[in-house]
Amino acid sequence: MTKYVGQSVKRREDYRLVTGTGQFVGDIRMANMVEAVFVRSTHAHATIKGIDISEAQALEGVHVILTGMDIDGIIKPLVQFESHCALPPNLEEAINPTIHYCYEDVLAKNKVMYVGQPIAVVVADNRYVAEDAADLIKVEYETLTVVVDPFKSLEKDAPLIQEHLQNNVQSDFHVTTGNAVQSLKDADQILKARIQTPRVSSNPLETRGVVSTYENRTDQFHIYSSTQLPFEIRTYIARSLDLVEQQIRVTAPDVGGGFGPKGGVHPEEILIPYLSKLLKRPVKWIEDRLEHMTSARHSRDQIHDVEVAFNQDGTILGIKDHFIIDSGAVNYFGLTCAYNSAYHLRGAYKIPNYDVTCQIVLTNKTPNVPFRGAGRPEVVFVMDRIIDMVARRLKKDPVEVMRKNMIQAEDMPYDQGILVKDGAKLIYDSGDYPAALDQGLKMIDYEGFREQQKELKKQGKLVGVGISTYVEGTGAGPFESAYVTIDGSGQVVAYLGSSPQGQGHETVFSQICADELMLSPNDITIRVGDTTNLAFGAGTYASRSAVNAGSAIQIASAKLRGKVLAVAAAMLEVESSDLQMENGKVFVKTNPEKCVTYKEIAKAARPGNRCRVPGGMEPGLQVTHYFVPPTVTFSSSVHIAMVEVDKETGLVELKGYSVVHDAGKVINPMIVDGQVQGGIAQGIGAALFEEVVYDEKGQLLTGSYMDYLLPTSMEIPTVEKSHQEFLSTRNPLGIKGVGEGGAISPPAAIANAVVDALDPLEITINQLPISPSKLRNWIKEAERKKFKIEIG
Amino acid sequence: MDGVKINLKVNGQDISREVDSRLLLSDFIRESLYLTGTHIGCEHGVCGACTIHVNGDPVRSCLMLAVQADGCEVKTVESLIQENGKLNYLQQAFSDNHALQCGFCTPGFLMTVSGFLEENSKPSEDEIKKCISGNLCRCTGYSNIIKAVKQAAQTVSN
Ligand code: FES
Ligand code: FES
Repeated sequence: MTKYVGQSVKRREDYRLVTGTGQFVGDIRMANMVEAVFVRSTHAHATIKGIDISEAQALEGVHVILTGMDIDGIIKPLVQFESHCALPPNLEEAINPTIHYCYEDVLAKNKVMYVGQPIAVVVADNRYVAEDAADLIKVEYETLTVVVDPFKSLEKDAPLIQEHLQNNVQSDFHVTTGNAVQSLKDADQILKARIQTPRVSSNPLETRGVVSTYENRTDQFHIYSSTQLPFEIRTYIARSLDLVEQQIRVTAPDVGGGFGPKGGVHPEEILIPYLSKLLKRPVKWIEDRLEHMTSARHSRDQIHDVEVAFNQDGTILGIKDHFIIDSGAVNYFGLTCAYNSAYHLRGAYKIPNYDVTCQIVLTNKTPNVPFRGAGRPEVVFVMDRIIDMVARRLKKDPVEVMRKNMIQAEDMPYDQGILVKDGAKLIYDSGDYPAALDQGLKMIDYEGFREQQKELKKQGKLVGVGISTYVEGTGAGPFESAYVTIDGSGQVVAYLGSSPQGQGHETVFSQICADELMLSPNDITIRVGDTTNLAFGAGTYASRSAVNAGSAIQIASAKLRGKVLAVAAAMLEVESSDLQMENGKVFVKTNPEKCVTYKEIAKAARPGNRCRVPGGMEPGLQVTHYFVPPTVTFSSSVHIAMVEVDKETGLVELKGYSVVHDAGKVINPMIVDGQVQGGIAQGIGAALFEEVVYDEKGQLLTGSYMDYLLPTSMEIPTVEKSHQEFLSTRNPLGIKGVGEGGAISPPAAIANAVVDALDPLEITINQLPISPSKLRNWIKEAERKKFKIEIG
Repeated sequence: MDGVKINLKVNGQDISREVDSRLLLSDFIRESLYLTGTHIGCEHGVCGACTIHVNGDPVRSCLMLAVQADGCEVKTVESLIQENGKLNYLQQAFSDNHALQCGFCTPGFLMTVSGFLEENSKPSEDEIKKCISGNLCRCTGYSNIIKAVKQAAQTVSN
């Protein structure tokens, strides 16, 4: 039955995108449309003493200016996103969290908490005039003490970021299994380290943007947003503006990348609709890149202090970890990244004694939210650096330590002794991690490389290899929706609650539907990114669309097939089991001449006297299915980086990158490979180039692409890819998620490779990115130490 | 506001407009001519999404004013498609090789590469990488774009 699932079907999205006829939010134009520009805080922590808009208001072409006071009591402040924050009771009991709510006014009223926070909005004839006006607005600030260092933020006398709280700890929790403290006493050796992942920015190439219109007749808003979560926006706008959801239609048109931060709801997504009603005309706001760097939410920013108990043979007995997440001024996503980190740290390893405490700390920075990997790249960096450090301490090859501690295929399903965020037990459903490791080592001829490496190092060429593995819980619930129908012209149309930002939803979901309804993918219309056609939808994040929307459309299509056959059976006066379907026709197996088309069936299914739908079934050909996954499903991967390091300049050159990964059943190998390659490119960026930097006053130093370095074609190798296919046991097709995977392992693999290249010089890379200047410093320091030891 | 009269040719059509002297060429193309295939990713000349051809050379339209295009011949991504509505060899190569995901960067890449292939129809992999190194793509990790350019080059040289 799977004619198209599993095939590299070419993308149906491409035609419009390569001809320049796609439609992104910025491309939308409407009669009478005006443009908005935001005035943003230039201070990281300050009281707003006054805002003078008089000059700006007098400018020709300005329609309205709003400040926080103008909407006080009208628009509610943003709070945490409930759908991502609610914890199941058994998890609450297990981890005993404290969680305090944070607030952010959609326009700052009394004080600002980070540079880039919106203070006022100007609407004018066009962006040029609106920017002129914004420049004329004078904000008077009284500066407050700024905290950018989370450890300072934890100090007793630190200024409060969120003033209604007692201190700057927004939340904390504790996860434990076995007895890590005891293992530290029992072990032959102990290793302590601080391992940290800096703040980065997802930087989709399309910035954010919102267009809104308000229709008086129906009292309805139509909002276009470059978002990952149209349904979530609908819910939050309703909440913020005291509307009912029915009054709001949200469309995500073509979206130019998201990677996490285009999820959630931003202040602009509430204000622009409000303005469109106020002015009774369409209002557009397109973020510029500087605004994106300061005000679109950031990610990562974790500091782990670990203690590791291990024996002489390389067995890791236990890990104790305390980590801090610098959440910036607000935490919108509760424990999403934090708990992801806590439950993913041990990855593919059996470490029976595990104890993690976490604190989410507020500082005067842009809010921190999930970004591709969402808490996993940070802990995979921790775990794989631990493996490497343990191996080097014991003078063993890291592969030996990996093998020693890895979960074996025969251990599956493997219970890690703690819970997933959805409250289910953390049980890996399928996979063979040692086989993946072997496959990866074979791909790069590990033994051969080790031989060659000795020679090359003798010649002064510092080459190294580094490995990272991860196991990733993908396809998070709570559900996803699909509504599949055959319209009056016999056309199959499927609506899905999960909308894309480049992942090719229109292609892959038509493949699944085509297989169920015996059509070709081109015969199926896929509609995504709109809240009108479905009662509920979740969205695209957490590597969940293929798993959840894929399962939803498969089951909905199968149900629809049953109904099509039932109606056709009634029309042809045979049993359903006598029928076969192909190419939009249903025919009698023994007498193919006797057939009806989907169009005829659709007509016969119409309500009325001539309706041929069998009794007990509703008229019409439409089915809605909500797929609710039992829990997450576990993808896994082995990444191997080969590097050459120039000791003089500190430059790291990636010589090769290989990956073995298991995404369960692959719907479209071309698209899966594309996701892996693209994810790895972002991971390489995080490993070598990317960092959001603030000075001690909370001023952003990386506000343009001249300062925030994204990798180009010169830095990204073509990744060698190899696959495993261990079907997931948790959905009918056996799919596991793949969207985030690529981005998870590169920092760990590359850091390990750099350490390996410099060996026997003992450097430790527990920070990112591995920029030339940093690496140069680490090398100098290691050389000094070595020199000291040599001369005693 | 001071209006300045400009005359130029865009995708083969003669255009004559009065524009603000401070209007960016990228905004002129998108907002006045409705050619929204030219995308804006940074407006500071780094991402390459806004690349168009001016008098045959790839340039960043966010770094030029509309008035500077007076008397010039401009080509945008909308000019690439064949008259029969079929993709041209380069667009086809991008689609064949899955060289785009969100597609926001794609017009910029297409315009950068189409100029390049006219001058060098048998590029090496290194030359291709260099050619596209001024265009950022956040989705694909570039390897399929390189593959697409190779396929396109082959079509050109055949
Ligand atoms: S928009 Fe012109 S180079 Fe980025
Ligand atoms: S395809 Fe999304 S930025 Fe290139």
